[in-house]
Amino acid sequence: MTINLTMLGQLISFVMFVLFCMKYVWPPLTQAMRERQKALAEGLEKAVMAEQRLEQANDSAALELDAAKQQSAELIAQARQRAQQIVEEAKGVASEEAERIKLGAQAEIDQEVNRAREALRVRVSELAVQGAEQILESTIDRSHHQVMLDKLATQL
Amino acid sequence: MAGDTKTSSEIIQHHITNLTYGQLPDGSWGYGRTVEEVQSMGFWAIHVDTMFWSLTLGCVFLGIFILAARSATSGVPGHLQNLCEIAVEFVEENVRQVFGTRPNPVIGPLSLTILIWVFLMNFMDLIPVDFIPFIAHLAGVEFFKVVPTTDPNATLGMSIGVFFLTLYYNFKIKGPIKFGAGLFTHPIPHWSMYWFNIILEMVDMVAKPLSHGLRLFGNMYAGEMIFILITLLPWYYQFVLALPWAIFHILVISLQAFVFMIMTIVYLTQAHQTGEH
Repeated sequence: MTINLTMLGQLISFVMFVLFCMKYVWPPLTQAMRERQKALAEGLEKAVMAEQRLEQANDSAALELDAAKQQSAELIAQARQRAQQIVEEAKGVASEEAERIKLGAQAEIDQEVNRAREALRVRVSELAVQGAEQILESTIDRSHHQVMLDKLATQL
Repeated sequence: MAGDTKTSSEIIQHHITNLTYGQLPDGSWGYGRTVEEVQSMGFWAIHVDTMFWSLTLGCVFLGIFILAARSATSGVPGHLQNLCEIAVEFVEENVRQVFGTRPNPVIGPLSLTILIWVFLMNFMDLIPVDFIPFIAHLAGVEFFKVVPTTDPNATLGMSIGVFFLTLYYNFKIKGPIKFGAGLFTHPIPHWSMYWFNIILEMVDMVAKPLSHGLRLFGNMYAGEMIFILITLLPWYYQFVLALPWAIFHILVISLQAFVFMIMTIVYLTQAHQTGEH
């Protein structure tokens, strides 16, 4: 229980241990802790920023989606309109064509009718002349009466 | 171990005697073989057991922490690094709270060394009191105390180290003139009371390392003494007392290590305070 040299020995070893701790223990450990703290703080900050960016991206994606929807709706409406237009145009063209064909056919029919009527007229006038010849028993000079016959044919 | 012929006080005396190397009564140098021989040695003797255990445990502390510090990474720390960082962070937190954020390269490592080293030395108290002395006895060593902090030399050695450091910082921060003037003017700033102030400050100055070292010593010594007293009981119900006391002592050894560290930080903080209160 007496105080003796042990105290001095303990004092010296205490100083030595503290010096060793100062040199080899404290700096690396505290430095590692600081660096980790910094890295963690940075990581957290980055996470917050990333979250913000994600939110922004979500917002802009929603906006773009809306715009795209609107655009597509417009396009569809346009296309529908155009289709209707095309159908209308086609209808117009078709009815025109039909009209034209009908007119052509009519003209042809008319022509045919005229031709037939002409032939019929000629034939009737001939028959009439023949009938008249037979009735008169005399020959009617055809060349003589040609003018009269033509006049008759037009009257038919 | 305790022979049948030994009385209780002899057993206790035996347990609290250090393995001491010094000058024997016959003039030669060697280990004290009896309590009387050890007591007659005076100042020029050394407690070999105290030095052995304190150096060993100090090396254990440094070994563990240097191992952790060598491979310290700022990435994911391993188990050892985690453990050491818990201690470092605990010390840093306490230093920050008491000492503040003054830049000081010494106080952190100093506090860490004290905390862990004192804890390890206190921890030897939890090893059954007869265990290591019995082995030492078999090896032919008569006295062998295993708890360095139950030796006032060890605790006072450390507290005096801290005291020197506070003196150094007093001189460094305040300067010798301001520090000296503070000793005269401190509690009562009136010239007629200077003689009284210097006496008070001197008492205060001596009391600080004494109370610092003796507080730890007293607590550990008392704890050790109770363990020794428990060993006087018959072996078959020693555990009834020894177990609760040991469990309680886990708290005591940690608390005393912590208190020793906090006192150190407080003294160093006082040495750094330049202004009035």
